[in-house]
Amino acid sequence: MMWEMVIGLETHIELSTKTKIFCSCTTQFGGEPNTHCCPVCTGQPGSLPNLNKKVVKYGAMAGVALGCHINLVSKMDRKHYVYPDMPKAYQISQFDIPLCEHGKVELENGSVIRVVRIHIEEDAGKLIHEGGNYLVDYNRCGVPLIEIVTAPDFRSVEDVLLYLDKLQGIMRTIGISDCRMQEGSLRCDVNISIRPKGAEAFGTRTEIKNLNSFTAIENAINYEFERQVEILESGGQVEQETLHFNSDTGETRSMRDKENANDYRYFREPDVVTVRLSQEEYDEIVASMPELPEQRLKRYVEEYNLTEADARLLVKYRKVAEFFEAAADIDAKSAAAFILTNIFKSVPTEVQREEWNIKLSAENFRELVKLTAEGKINKNIAKRVLDRMLETALSPAEIIEKEKLGGIDNKEFEAVCRKAIEENPAAVADYKAGKEKALQALIGYVMRLTRGTANPAETTEELKKLLETV
Amino acid sequence: MADIKHYRELLKTKALSCTELTEAFLSAAEKENPELNAYISITKDAALKTAAEVDAKIARGEELGPLEGIPVVIKDNICTKGIRTTCASRMLENYVPFYDATVWELLNAQGAVLIGKGNMDEFAMGSTNETSYFGRAKNPHNYDYVAGGSSGGVAAAVAGKLAAFGIGTDTGGSIRQPASFCGVYGLKPTYGAVSRYGIVAHASSFDQAGVLANSAEDTALVFDAISKRDERDMTSVGSKVSSYENLGRSIKGLKIGIASEDLVASDEEVNAAVENAKEIFKSLGAEIVEIKLPFIKDCLPVYYILACAEASSNLGKFDGVRYGYHAEDYDDVWDMMSRTRSEGFGDEVKRRIILGTYVLSSGYFDAYYKKAQRLRASITKEFDKILDTCDMILAPTVPITPLKAGAQMSPVDLYRTDICTCAVNIVGLPSMSVPAGFTENDLPVGVQLIGGRFKEDVILNAAYAFEKATEGRYIKSLEMGCGI
Repeated sequence: MMWEMVIGLETHIELSTKTKIFCSCTTQFGGEPNTHCCPVCTGQPGSLPNLNKKVVKYGAMAGVALGCHINLVSKMDRKHYVYPDMPKAYQISQFDIPLCEHGKVELENGSVIRVVRIHIEEDAGKLIHEGGNYLVDYNRCGVPLIEIVTAPDFRSVEDVLLYLDKLQGIMRTIGISDCRMQEGSLRCDVNISIRPKGAEAFGTRTEIKNLNSFTAIENAINYEFERQVEILESGGQVEQETLHFNSDTGETRSMRDKENANDYRYFREPDVVTVRLSQEEYDEIVASMPELPEQRLKRYVEEYNLTEADARLLVKYRKVAEFFEAAADIDAKSAAAFILTNIFKSVPTEVQREEWNIKLSAENFRELVKLTAEGKINKNIAKRVLDRMLETALSPAEIIEKEKLGGIDNKEFEAVCRKAIEENPAAVADYKAGKEKALQALIGYVMRLTRGTANPAETTEELKKLLETV
Repeated sequence: MADIKHYRELLKTKALSCTELTEAFLSAAEKENPELNAYISITKDAALKTAAEVDAKIARGEELGPLEGIPVVIKDNICTKGIRTTCASRMLENYVPFYDATVWELLNAQGAVLIGKGNMDEFAMGSTNETSYFGRAKNPHNYDYVAGGSSGGVAAAVAGKLAAFGIGTDTGGSIRQPASFCGVYGLKPTYGAVSRYGIVAHASSFDQAGVLANSAEDTALVFDAISKRDERDMTSVGSKVSSYENLGRSIKGLKIGIASEDLVASDEEVNAAVENAKEIFKSLGAEIVEIKLPFIKDCLPVYYILACAEASSNLGKFDGVRYGYHAEDYDDVWDMMSRTRSEGFGDEVKRRIILGTYVLSSGYFDAYYKKAQRLRASITKEFDKILDTCDMILAPTVPITPLKAGAQMSPVDLYRTDICTCAVNIVGLPSMSVPAGFTENDLPVGVQLIGGRFKEDVILNAAYAFEKATEGRYIKSLEMGCGI
């Protein structure tokens, strides 16, 4: 029998507000354990939450970006569960009236994923096992989260990965999260069931918790799919349960019963007043929405004639896209090529590309693209200049001057080639006599005169052209 | 009369120094407390330190604020930085908060002198002070009787002149009931008038801090000092009117509602006090109107369902991980938390946690919590409507006269005695207990004045008029405590 996987995702995204959701502690990642803490986020007796208005705004921005309806009036609820990293024994979340509802995400492979809801809530601390002891770090406690819940609309691992990639791009573009899986600012719970291909009814699902890398997600889904197929094909039944994925063994295992038997006993959080967004605040959010990656991609393809693949790489990171646009009006194709082939090599990781802390300024980059477009330097030189710019933060002119890479614009280049022909009559004669190899001597001469700044292919071409007239 | 004005006058005229005044209260507290048990902690060092600062100010010739140098007792569920705050529980027996509750921060900044932390029922759950892990506070009028609860220690300290005034908290009557039993004034302000920040939560949507004092004037003065809006408590509103400035207005034409069918005491001595108060208000020109509060019968179950639900949630944090009692023997972290809670909480607290957890559990939520929440909304509407037709309601504070200690009532029978007070917390209205009579065996009886939302000034002024008209004869100065 052919089996089909049915997946729904719950994605937790940490918002990049400066302060926590209910107190004024910093949200910064890292820090000595238990130093980003106060009475509120460590749940001291008597402390009370004070909702950070920015969290509501960021949550609504996520909703607008995913085409959701925004509930201008919502509320916070207490979700109870006992865990040492949860200092109040409840998490302040949203239950029956989330901030955002009914959105959707269209994937590049044509799949459409419905977003059921987005709600705001607080993160928990971190439990660390060390030498048989439990240690708790509450720094992360109270960092604001949004949880994005989708309908069970994914049918493949590809769907899931495309969705997460797109989500990451959108959240980064609207600037509400850095979405770093390795730092836990994007985490994913996968609800997965299987059914015979063509069937309508859903099977029993399991939930795989806390997946923190794309590889882990992919492996966990594949493992769990196979596991469920095996169970059903051997006549068994899938048990509805919460699973933990071990990325070392690549297996899922059942979490302890205690963690499965949760009755969250939701009720309205009496310490937080009704969450309200005014119509003006909502309008302002909509009006200030930046161009989303999807729209940007479309524009790059239409306006700049880029391939969809190249455009997709550029729009994934907002800062990269902005950098590209600083020079795109001069020569979009070469600007894209410089970024994707040269600059990306110097910033190979996700984080680096997202942070885009490169020495090369957008102005200098624009200047370089301009020099190239005007033929003042050839592509080869341009690439060398670019490499130097990435190391030194100097302007192209300064590098050309310093490295003596200049003086070889198209006119001069032609002159040098002519000189090579004039000064090397023997080689010219050999060439004319049919000895193709003789051309190498002429090329070598040009290279010497230009201290290697000439492009061999261009030189070959230019020399051949000139030799025809000799 | 030994009221705040009296002590302030002594300091102002330099009849005695603040240190001397403080020492007088401290030695009274140290003398009486072993028997009375009004204080869980006596904060001598902190008190003398503040007193010295006040004296320095006097020496510099600076004017003192209205509460500067005045001795105060703070209920032990209100966080005081560096001073242990126990909630009268084994769970927090040695808990020392590293921050101040807003209400204490305000008083501390105004130079009030903390004599000690008042005894109470464990986590403010109880009506007799007998659930305190530290033993019950006794009624200063007669040690065989309970001081009431949960702010029993504060009421006993104020009545016994071991402090000039006190701050308590009231979730279902915890200020008014002990005030009534101990013969002092007890104001539970409108929900939101006083910040809850730093007050260990019992039932968050009911809890409200307020004042216990020996006169209506003192009550108003202190209420003004603590009713400030606080950014740290989202439900905080503060009070816009000065109750103190408004004292002394005529109450002629004041419309007083009496629900003689629905809000009645089971004890005739209490009803007699209400009747007497009614006549006195009438003689002052107030207009008495008969009102109906048929929903009162629903208040007790609504209150206990919702308050226990919130309490079960609020008390989840006491798990031995971060602070407080920590079980010694255990297998793993889950076992540690379970044992910590089993050993750290007393029976009444456990009873309410279990009850609250039950009404919130899936399968029961709709039948209990949700239904109670709906009723709360309709009761609130009805109550507000009635307070549109009258300025205040006169009612018993407690349906019974002070209880003898060790009465061994069933929990539910004891809960029933909250009926007149907890109704007001459901709605969030301001209400105060005013000393208004004595029983045959000379124990105090209070009556309750319930006002409109944020109309503390109305009930405080009525209480003031009543006190003046009765020449303070319902306030008994006891032969104990600070004799200054």
